[in-house]
Amino acid sequence: MATHLSATETRPRHKRVLPGLSLSLGTSLLFISLILLLPMSGLVMQSVDMGWDRYWQVISDERVVASYKVTLWAALLASIFNGFFGLLLAWVLVRYDFPGRRILDALVDLPFALPTAVAGITLATLYAQNGWYGEILESLGLKVAYTPWGIVLAMAFTSIPFVVRTVQPVLEELSPEEEEAGMTLGASDWSVFRRVIFPALWPALMTGIALSFTRSLGEFGAVIFIAGNMPYVSEITSLMIFVSLQEFDFPAASAIASVVLMASLILLFAINIWQARYLRRLHGRS
Amino acid sequence: MSSSKHSSNQLRVGDSPLVKWLLIGLTLFLTAILLVVPLIAIFQQAFMEGAAHYFNSLIEADTLHAIGLTLVVAALTVPINLVFGVMLAWAVTRFEFPGRKLLMTLMDIPFAVSPVVAGLLYLLLYGNNGWIGSWLYDQDIQLMFAWPGIVMVTVFVTCPFVARELIPLMQQQGREDEEAAVILGASGWQLFRRVTLPNIKWALIYGVILTNARAVGEFGAVSVVSGNIRGETNTLPLLVQAQYEDYQAAAAFASASLLAMIALLTLLLKAFIEWRQERSLKIEAEKERQVTQ
Repeated sequence: MATHLSATETRPRHKRVLPGLSLSLGTSLLFISLILLLPMSGLVMQSVDMGWDRYWQVISDERVVASYKVTLWAALLASIFNGFFGLLLAWVLVRYDFPGRRILDALVDLPFALPTAVAGITLATLYAQNGWYGEILESLGLKVAYTPWGIVLAMAFTSIPFVVRTVQPVLEELSPEEEEAGMTLGASDWSVFRRVIFPALWPALMTGIALSFTRSLGEFGAVIFIAGNMPYVSEITSLMIFVSLQEFDFPAASAIASVVLMASLILLFAINIWQARYLRRLHGRS
Repeated sequence: MSSSKHSSNQLRVGDSPLVKWLLIGLTLFLTAILLVVPLIAIFQQAFMEGAAHYFNSLIEADTLHAIGLTLVVAALTVPINLVFGVMLAWAVTRFEFPGRKLLMTLMDIPFAVSPVVAGLLYLLLYGNNGWIGSWLYDQDIQLMFAWPGIVMVTVFVTCPFVARELIPLMQQQGREDEEAAVILGASGWQLFRRVTLPNIKWALIYGVILTNARAVGEFGAVSVVSGNIRGETNTLPLLVQAQYEDYQAAAAFASASLLAMIALLTLLLKAFIEWRQERSLKIEAEKERQVTQ
């Protein structure tokens, strides 16, 4: 099996003829240093200044630890939900033609385009006791707004597009041959989906879920309106940083933020490495 | 999206009408509950106390100021990130250099970082106690809790969008056209304007639209550095929060409806751009077919 890599990687090294390397690279490096690295160094310095004992005391505080748990669980549930819903949306958008398909396709991006504060107050209003959904849920004995479930809902809402937009292109390029072979041999839809289609989709699906999870961990605007923000029960970690800041406790805010930042950086690097690996495998096979 | 429809004699998974309509029905039902109803609710809540109240709350001094500030922030953020995005995309897709992959990962950080953390980073550095901020304070320059701080964090939060749209496209297009132009004697600027720009036009516009949408709507980072001074450092999303927490729900949703309209416009423009791209691809394919015949 010939191993093609992507076009840019097989390109033979040749003499550089294009202009602008120093200008474009220089600007980019300067910009990233000023915008990104310099502010991040400030956080590191602030955390180092505190001393280890105080640092540990802040990040292992009971209320803060409760917020880690709430945030992680809610983000996990939200991204699992979006794994299912996103796969369904991508499938329906790619495989079927029906009136309104284009509108549906455009609507998928609504959570990215809608400011999170707007999403937050809208969801809080809909799911509050006297809201359209809240009333129905109340009659069923369920409560979503101002409980941890509200956090899951807000996180799920804001990260819907990730799975759809990572799975959709892969699904579009899936070649029909294997699938048809399976169908012609009389296998059921479900078993062909499970054995042929799903294995091809799952790297993209996992990437989408991981992106959705990362985004959910950091979500703030949509969550705080519907969470109720009860200590130990429905406070997210971003809010703990915010609360420390309002008390002008910069060291505490920095300590908690450093935990959040490390978690998201580790996730980001893991996703990038994972994506690079499966892209290479994908190109290696074709 | 060009979902290539296959001819009807091919058998594919999920093509039986029962499965098909079941899945479409389920999707439409969930989308209606999760996306469409909330969208309608914004406008329903905004007009809850009548159209007169709606328009009156929009022309209040605080609201007008917030609209103005939001527009200023977007007007400053978008060009900065446009230039940066093009530069970065040019550097990483047109040249090989050590650390190229690392640079691309660094660029993604603002996507992964919680906006509250982003705001905090800037507050620590440029706030009155920060090591740059304290020096600026002595010079009587105040960045945090003022509009420059809002612009700075917005630039941070939105900096990956343009580059993210351009990089895959420019990678795919390769550098042959541009190299040919250079050999034919084009200057740097001519090369960019005549060769590169026409190729990346739509992706660039899309990147700008996304940057703008996010710049207008950023909440977490801005709320950390703004100081929430009504009529001074409140952007529209912050005003939405202030009004909502003051139990002025109708006013909050009126302000929110403006942001929702921007979001809808963003989606509309995106659909339009995709339609244009699809069409130009089809025209090109048609031309190629005619040439080969």
